[in-house]
Amino acid sequence: MTRTDRIAALKAAAKERILILDGSWGVMIQRRGLDESDYRGERFADHPGQMKGNNDILCLTRPDIVSDLHDQYFGAGADISETNTFSATTIAQDDYKLDAAAVRDINLEGAKLARAAADRWTAKEPHKPRFAAGSIGPLNKMLSMSSDVNDPGARSVDFDEVLAAYREQVQALNEGGVDLYLIETITDTLNCKAALKAIKDLEAEGMDELPIWISGTITDRSGRTLSGQTVEAFWNSVRHAKPFAVGFNCALGADLMRPHIAEMARIADTLVAAYPNAGLPNAFGQYDEEPHETSHALEGWAKAGLVNILGGCCGTTPDHIRHVADAVKGFKPRVPSVRPKALRLSGLEAFELS
Amino acid sequence: MSEAPSASTATFVNIGERTNVTGSAAFKKLIINGDFPAAVEVARQQVENGAQIIDVNMDEGLLDSRSAMRTFLRLIAAEPDIARTPIMIDSSKWEVIEEGLKNAQGKCIVNSISMKEGEAQFIDQARQTLSYGAAVVVMAFDEQGQAETAARKFEIARRAYDILVDQVGFPPEDIIFDPNIFAVATGIEEHNNYAVEFFEGVRLIKQNLPHARTSGGLSNVSFSFRGNEPVRRAMHSVFLYHGVRAGLDMAIVNAGQLDIYDNIDPELRELVEDVILNRRADSTERLLDIAERYRGQKGAEKERDLAWRDEPVAERLSHALVHGVTEFIVEDTEEARKTFDKPLEVIEGPLMAGMNRVGDLFGAGKMFLPQVVKSARVMKQAVAHLIPYLEEEKRRTGVAQKSNGKVVLATVKGDVHDIGKNIVGVVLQCNGYDVVDLGVMTACDTILDTAVSEKADMVGLSGLITPSLDEMVHVASEMERRGMDLPLLIGGATTSPAHTAIKIEPMFSRAPVVHVLDASRAVGVVSGLMGETTRETMWNETRQRYARMREARAGHAAKARMPLDEARARRFAPDWAGYTPPRPSFIGVRTIDDFDLATLARYIDWSPYFASWDLAGRYPAILEDDVVGEAARSLWKDTQSMLQRMIGENWLRPSGVVGFWPANSDGDDIVVYSDDARTAERARLFCLRQQMDKGSDAAQYALADFVAPMGAGADHVGAFAVTTGWGEAERSEAFTRANDDYSAIMVKALADRFAEAFAEALHERVRRELWGYAPGEALSSEQLIEETYRGIRPAPGYPAQPDHTEKQTIFDLLEATERTGMELTSSFAMTPAASVSGLYLSHPGAVYFGVGRISSDQVEDYARRKGWSIDEAERWLRPILNT
Repeated sequence: MTRTDRIAALKAAAKERILILDGSWGVMIQRRGLDESDYRGERFADHPGQMKGNNDILCLTRPDIVSDLHDQYFGAGADISETNTFSATTIAQDDYKLDAAAVRDINLEGAKLARAAADRWTAKEPHKPRFAAGSIGPLNKMLSMSSDVNDPGARSVDFDEVLAAYREQVQALNEGGVDLYLIETITDTLNCKAALKAIKDLEAEGMDELPIWISGTITDRSGRTLSGQTVEAFWNSVRHAKPFAVGFNCALGADLMRPHIAEMARIADTLVAAYPNAGLPNAFGQYDEEPHETSHALEGWAKAGLVNILGGCCGTTPDHIRHVADAVKGFKPRVPSVRPKALRLSGLEAFELS
Repeated sequence: MSEAPSASTATFVNIGERTNVTGSAAFKKLIINGDFPAAVEVARQQVENGAQIIDVNMDEGLLDSRSAMRTFLRLIAAEPDIARTPIMIDSSKWEVIEEGLKNAQGKCIVNSISMKEGEAQFIDQARQTLSYGAAVVVMAFDEQGQAETAARKFEIARRAYDILVDQVGFPPEDIIFDPNIFAVATGIEEHNNYAVEFFEGVRLIKQNLPHARTSGGLSNVSFSFRGNEPVRRAMHSVFLYHGVRAGLDMAIVNAGQLDIYDNIDPELRELVEDVILNRRADSTERLLDIAERYRGQKGAEKERDLAWRDEPVAERLSHALVHGVTEFIVEDTEEARKTFDKPLEVIEGPLMAGMNRVGDLFGAGKMFLPQVVKSARVMKQAVAHLIPYLEEEKRRTGVAQKSNGKVVLATVKGDVHDIGKNIVGVVLQCNGYDVVDLGVMTACDTILDTAVSEKADMVGLSGLITPSLDEMVHVASEMERRGMDLPLLIGGATTSPAHTAIKIEPMFSRAPVVHVLDASRAVGVVSGLMGETTRETMWNETRQRYARMREARAGHAAKARMPLDEARARRFAPDWAGYTPPRPSFIGVRTIDDFDLATLARYIDWSPYFASWDLAGRYPAILEDDVVGEAARSLWKDTQSMLQRMIGENWLRPSGVVGFWPANSDGDDIVVYSDDARTAERARLFCLRQQMDKGSDAAQYALADFVAPMGAGADHVGAFAVTTGWGEAERSEAFTRANDDYSAIMVKALADRFAEAFAEALHERVRRELWGYAPGEALSSEQLIEETYRGIRPAPGYPAQPDHTEKQTIFDLLEATERTGMELTSSFAMTPAASVSGLYLSHPGAVYFGVGRISSDQVEDYARRKGWSIDEAERWLRPILNT
């Protein structure tokens, strides 16, 4: 199949059923008990500083582990698996002093690994095509939040720097063969808008157009993003990108995320996607929610017609994904909402001229 | 429950112009001087004053405009009460606009782009705008210049629209056309038709370009009358009036300079309208001729104008109703009665027509509650004059006045607060509804029996204190049990849509249950429920909304709470060993009867007073507020004259009591001793502790933490109970009997303020003399309101001690009923209503806090300490239970 065929297949599948995304990568990598030398491999054997903990580098140094995780999640019933590139930007990888060439290679190889895994499973089960989503994470630096408690106007990074970093990542992911982009765990909408602009700019210059999935993070019960926007304000801020899907992931478990997903389901004229954590972490930072508990909660969402794509974030495992995939198998996907056209703006809150 | 606000919607948008260096000299000066903190305050004021979008413009030759735009947007991003609104990024330089887009996370409006430099640049800037995710203002400007005629304006707009929609893929609903507002009455004949061309251009755009919007910068139109503010304001109002009718969606305005179209001096309005609509060849000269007469006037502060007395009687009645003038109402009503066949026709004719105008102006946000209540006073007095004739007529013919419907209103059992309920009653009456007002502390059976015997169309319940919520649930379940099918309205400060949805509506299935947010919504709700079809629609809509709220609520687990043991371990624990508690000047109880109203008036915090009339804003800034300033000034004037009479004629008798006792904390309790020996326990004050996890550095407060523990020092507590309610009932009832609800409500609202002022004044005396730990304290009234002093006076029923029943202990200690006549109701509300009671705690670390939600371990512990069953504890603590 060409990429054009695959995108058509993705859109067709989304009309028929609730699609399943994979689960957490962090937990699964942690379980391998890797040491510093696994992370470094040959290429970074002499690289200064610590490399352990830089999961994205495994795309280059332990591709076997990355491929195995894609396989485990596809085997558990995921339709979509994410590239292992959550932090693969020059800004985030500056923590490990990696240069632009290394960062580009992570994205390129990460995309190729996901591509190959998806193709293997599609060949094996042609009735259920599998897809590779290019993971684009939030960065460790925010454009809307002050970097200095004594100076509300201070920023540790500016829009052009973020735009350039995302541009490099998007280009490499696209080249490596992903089927869609997943801009995820968005804590600051302005960072997300920079990523969207990077994609739109590259497309205007002739790069293949791919579906975009935008996944924000509601950080607590206030119902707002870390940068302070309500659900509707967030949607108004990103809707111009005409995303394939929009929704939320991380920070909350299914029970606490539900009202925010319900709100997004009410307003979004596109697919709605959610991949909550396995509950809230316990005192040791571990997630205790059992696979059947997660799947029970998400089954309720499917039953209520709130979602089109479901998966897992922190603390979820292939077992969680298997339970979720089984639980929602029979349910119809949500029908995107239709709202009258209106001028809809936002600051931290939404505004509509009707 | 998620507290995130839902989207605000509007049909016409006021865009604030004061954060624009080209529109505001004051703002320009701040930016040039680099005084960004003050510039941020300008933005805040705009939002507080009702700007729905703020226009930010830094186009000034002396500035690095890009840098100023970046700095300003980053700073307001840190202010949630400013950043909640969308931003219009305004510049003639694209690089400044782009800098703005790079520093705003929300969806902005770019103001503006045009085809001035040709299509290529236009398309490029439109694509950029879209890639940043903003809406766009397009000026009616092309390669040939700015469009002056309607035809050219439309031609450019259509060309731009087609390019944007078809070539760029711009969403049509995100396109806003600015068809150019130019100055009129400049003396150049070609300019005379500019406004007409603008309106026609707007009309063509709105008719032919689907979903597109229109906007304009209003101040240009009056440019030739610079320095003559009254004429400029009239021009702006007239222009907007016609613009909105043509389809104008938004304008960049200084809302404070907008007069109500209907209130412009008719002569001036006529001449301005001639100019704006280009109705006569000599309109500019005629406006210039009279313009000088208006220069220097301050609009609202005009001399008393009695020209309206020359109008026909119907007009005079309407004028009196809209402006709230009672002076001539009896003579005008009598004159009208003589011209009509039947007295009823006076009510159904000119009086109802006038009240409908009031209703329309109120609905359109052009009048505010105090003005409506004043209008109602006029109406009542007119009707009162007609009543003998009506009864005579009825005896003769048997025909009575029609009513729009009948509503039974009551403040529920155990509650004594009724200002909001009275305002609702007045507003309903002036919209033609019969209101049966059962007053305060009304038992459930009385409410429901009355609803049946009066054949009421609906029942409205009000309450201010939290136990009233349970009583409302009880009334709803009784209505269900009795098989009643009347709609039930819920209102009052302690009520909420969430409580109504979750607790009340499920109890009553036979008719709609609707929460009414404030008095201004009452008419809409009641009229909706009276219409057969609208009732079904409204019922369905609210039922679904409440069901969603219940579902959203059910989707939430209980909030994470810290176990009580752990919270106690994290109590606020100052260094008691190094602290010597101050000793009060006496032990025991003293009656306080030497405060007079004149003294207390200086301690009044006026902001809540305006809030009780549904006017939002802080005093004194509210008097200059762009939106409610006029209503606030008028209310203020009436209030001051009543205040003078109130003080001069001693309408209210302040009465209070204060006491101090040796005390120590014992866990979460405060033990009050009979005497200095500290052996005999006189009473025990029970406190509740915070269980939300505030992080490892912060203390989990209970009020007991502010009192030295047993063995740690000879500490004390104080208590007080004050009232200014004696005398209030007689006065307000007299006003009500005289058909003057406006004054009746004002008496009650002032009595409430005096009670708070009494508490504030007495606390100051306590700090300086009676307890005496701050003898040198000298604070301004602003500082008092800001509570910058040492020590607190927490009151039961408020966030630091949500349990109302603790008032009983305070009343017993103070012998409050014997000494002041104050009493507690079954729900522990104080009578008279204008009363305040609480504790005094003196530790320098004592602060006000909210207990927040508590979990079952504390409920059980508290029940055990108070000697309650768990059921009783849950009943009194229901609003803070973590469920």
